[in-house]
This record gives sequence, C-alpha cells and structure tokens, in this order.
Amino acid sequence: MIHATLKELTRALAVRELSSRELVSAYLDRIAAVNPTLNAFISVAERESALAAADAADAARAAGQAGLFTGIPLAHKDLFVTRQLPTTCGSKMLANFVSPYDATVVERCQAAGFINLGKTNMDEFAMGSTNESSYFGAVKNPWDVQAVPGGSSGGSAAAVAARMVPVATGTDTGGSIRQPAAFCGITGIKPTYGRVSRYGMVAYASSLDQGGPMAQTAEDCALLLNVMAGFDGRDSTSLDVAAEDFCRDLQQPLTGLKVGLPKEFFAAGLDGDVARVMDETVQQLKQLGCDIVEITLPKTELAIPAYYVIAPAEASSNLSRYDGVRYGHRAAEYRDLNDMYERTRAEGFGAEVKRRILVGTYVLSHGYYDAYYLQAQKIRRLIADDFQAAFAQCDVILGPVAPTPAWNLGEKADDPVQMYLADIYTLSVNLAGLPAMSVPAGLSVQQRPIGVQLIGNYQQEARLLNVAHQFQQVTDWHQRRPAI
Amino acid sequence: MSLSAADITRLARLARIGIEAGEVDAVANKLNNVFGLIEKMRAVDTTGVAPMSHPQPLGLRLRDDVVSVENQREAFLACAPQTEAGLYLVPRVIE
Repeated sequence: MIHATLKELTRALAVRELSSRELVSAYLDRIAAVNPTLNAFISVAERESALAAADAADAARAAGQAGLFTGIPLAHKDLFVTRQLPTTCGSKMLANFVSPYDATVVERCQAAGFINLGKTNMDEFAMGSTNESSYFGAVKNPWDVQAVPGGSSGGSAAAVAARMVPVATGTDTGGSIRQPAAFCGITGIKPTYGRVSRYGMVAYASSLDQGGPMAQTAEDCALLLNVMAGFDGRDSTSLDVAAEDFCRDLQQPLTGLKVGLPKEFFAAGLDGDVARVMDETVQQLKQLGCDIVEITLPKTELAIPAYYVIAPAEASSNLSRYDGVRYGHRAAEYRDLNDMYERTRAEGFGAEVKRRILVGTYVLSHGYYDAYYLQAQKIRRLIADDFQAAFAQCDVILGPVAPTPAWNLGEKADDPVQMYLADIYTLSVNLAGLPAMSVPAGLSVQQRPIGVQLIGNYQQEARLLNVAHQFQQVTDWHQRRPAI
Repeated sequence: MSLSAADITRLARLARIGIEAGEVDAVANKLNNVFGLIEKMRAVDTTGVAPMSHPQPLGLRLRDDVVSVENQREAFLACAPQTEAGLYLVPRVIE
C-alpha cells in the first residue's frame, strides 16, 4: 500500500479498496519505523488527530462528498507555516515557533482533502545542498545512510523515497527541489516563478524562492501541482494567469520535440556515472521521437557568483526580521537592545546562515553595491537572455541536475565553496525564473540515484511533465526504491 | 580582495550578529574563499545591460481599499518572547 503512487491511491480510495484510516495508519507506522534512522521529519502529526482527520475523510467519501485527494496523506517542508504543527525552518531561531496562520499552500492542500502527516527536515532557512545545516541534524539518504539526501528539501525527498508519505511539498531557491529529488531517486518540479504562492512560505531569497511538488512520478507531480499552484492576492509576485490542468498533456507523444543539450552542461567536472546516464537518457528520448539539438548557455558558470551575491543579499534583508522581539528565539541575557539583537542572532542562527547574511550585508553595503549586487543583477539578465536565445532553437532543455551523485555526509560540510560549485546546473534556472524538473534516470556504480533535469520556457510546466511522463512510460527508474 | 578581521567585525556589527574574538579569523577565512568565487563575476563586461531584479517585469498590483485582514493581535503577541499590556517588550532604549 505505501509503495503506491498518488494516482494509484486516488483510484484505490475512489473504488473503496482502501480507506483513509488504513492509509494514514500505514504511513504513520512507516514513519515511526524509519524516521529514527533517516531523520526526515522534524515534527510528526499526532496519531489521534491524523486518524480523526482520516475518519472524517472516510465519512465524507461515504456521503459522496469526497474530492480526488480526500484522505490522502502528505508532508510539508518545514518552512510552510502551519497552525497544527511547529514551523522551524530547520533553525534554532524558530525551534519553538507555532504559526498563527496557515500558508496558502497548506490551505490549498487541506482544502483538496490532503491530510498533513508532518513537517519535513531541511537545511536551515533552506540554505544548503545537503541538509547538514539543519539544527535538528542531517537527514540520511534512504538509498545509503552514509550519503547526503541533498538539500535543502532533503527531508521531503527522503520521506517520499522511503515511502513515508506518497507526496510532499518542497521549495527551490537554487535547486532545493531538483537536487534532493535527484539524490533520492524521486521526481520533483520547480514551477515558473510566481506559480505557487509564497504566502506563508518563510522567505530566503524572495526573487528566487518557489514552491513545488515532490513525488514518485511526473504524473503525481502534475496532480499535486494542480492543487498547489494558483493566483494568490496575498503574494505580491503571484502570477495572475488562468488556472490550468498540468495533467492535460501527459499523454502527448514526443515525436518531433526538440530537446536542447547545452554544451556547457557537459563540460569538464561531470562525473562519469552522470555522463553515462545523460547519454542513456538522450538515446531514450531519441527513441521516443525527440530531435536532439546542441545549444549553448554561455554564461552558465557565472550563475554561481551571481546567485551567491543575489541570494545572500536578499537573505540578509529577509532574515533581519529575526530580532528576538516578535517571534522566535531571544537570548536569555543581554545588556541592552543592541546586545539583545546580537546575542539572539549569534545563538539562533547556524554557521551557514550567518555566512550568507554576512556576504549579503557586504554586497549591499555602501561602496560595494554597484560592484557586487548591481553587477550580479546585470549578469542575471544575461543568463535569462541566454535561455531565451536557446528556446528559439528547442522546446525543452535537457541536462544533469548535479555534476555528481550524492556524496557522503560530512564530505563537503566544512567547505562552502565546494558545496556552492555543485549547484552549477540548477542556479541559472532560478535566476531566470524558469520551470524545471528532476527525473530519476539511473544509478551510480555505488547504487546512488542520478536524476536528469528538464528545463522549459516560462509557464511550460505541462510540457515538461509531458516529457517526463513519457520517459517514465518506457523506463522504470522512478519505480526503483531503496531497500530500507 | 581580502576581508580583514576588522572588516568582519564591522560586517557582523552591521548584521547584528555577535561574533566572538576567537571566531573572527575562521569566519574571515571562509568568507574570503566565498568572495574568491564571487570575484570572477566582476571581470564580465556588462556595459549597457539593464539589471534584472526580478524574473517577471510586473508592476505592483492594486486592490480595493477594503478591510482584508482581521485583527489578530492576541495571536501574534502569543508568538513573542516577552509582551506586556498588549505590546512587545524590549530593553529600554530611552532613559
């Protein structure tokens, strides 16, 4: 039962093969069994309240009032605020914070009938690529507990991979949905910037942050994205476009689809296993009728410095709200107001968060703004323009998600630069605001999952999901699961 | 470019993050490595390129001037570390 996809669960519930009570109970048992090993959840719903919600869902279904997802469990990344459970953002700063309101994403999922089973672990304030910066300890990769699960949505990725929930929400500021999805062998999509409301999604870098679904399959991502996406007047950058059904094109054949391979994505530094999986994926797409075209994204390498100026700049501004006055941690002892701020923030933030705040403070400070922040914003424009030139030649872009499969816990934990370099293929997508997804496409010799990335033009999620779904009709990488 | 211990102390003060004297060198070392990565960007010729602050060229939306949010004073104050008489409590700043 717990290995079923979201799509299969909707059918099983609809024909009464399963009750929501059975489902919720099975997933809670699974969480209890494997979470002590994986540490994917920061908080888990009380069994009693989750089962009460399941009973209400079953009653609604018996009364003919159920929707597609009524009574199906999910988990939220612990930066979507919830009234039901604490919202920590993986930080000591918010270790005891309970939100007085629900995020739009949480409301929408609840209104669709989903039952929240818990909040998933993450890099502190979503700053990291391994989940090691969480105040609540690193998440372990379900495929190999020596390996990182990726980040920052590593808890959500591990939870779906280990079948602790059928689907989970994540967020992606520089790769935080796609890279953990790749490392854990699941499917995830970062939608076009503005698709999914940021209301109640704790801010890291506001011009880059975007929520999205993480699931076993592209079809499940499409189903959950239908619930998560939509205009929200409470988010000033919400895309005001007509609602669309992201499942509508799943069955379209790929004949004649132009798939662009950016030559910069296949340059030096690409791991042998990843290169092999890329080749196999290209062959598979050719067999599905795709035409492969070589394209160029010449500013690819500049995405790293541009991102690591813009994101910290926005973070240093966003995280100034944690001052120990209105919510979150406050130091126990202090001399005066300023000392209270400094001690509160010294105690409440971890090393990586402090580092990014300091970088952001520097690049925004008087005398350095033009040289760093403004220059990064100009490079951001060049990167976005590169993509538009590429999309004149192809329909979707294919590349790796990350240069290597998951590395070992601790391997890069003390070296931020090595960690940042591994984000090279995901950052440019956020800078441009494009949709992109991660699709499982192979295993390394060490039996660690490898994902490939599909990038689309603005609002082309349905096309990306179509390509991924068709790929998943002829491959079984998305059905492989860890032994745990 | 290389940040000195004094630069780090000044930045930490601007960011309101307390930093112990013993930590300064280690922080400076890591930040200098990060800036080593960032510096590559400065050599790029961006003459005439308009800065991109946001993925969408959208203006701010306007809405009708009506009450859209309920008063939740008690709920918000309940999140605060210290409150008194319906107000947030901070150390005295004016003698």
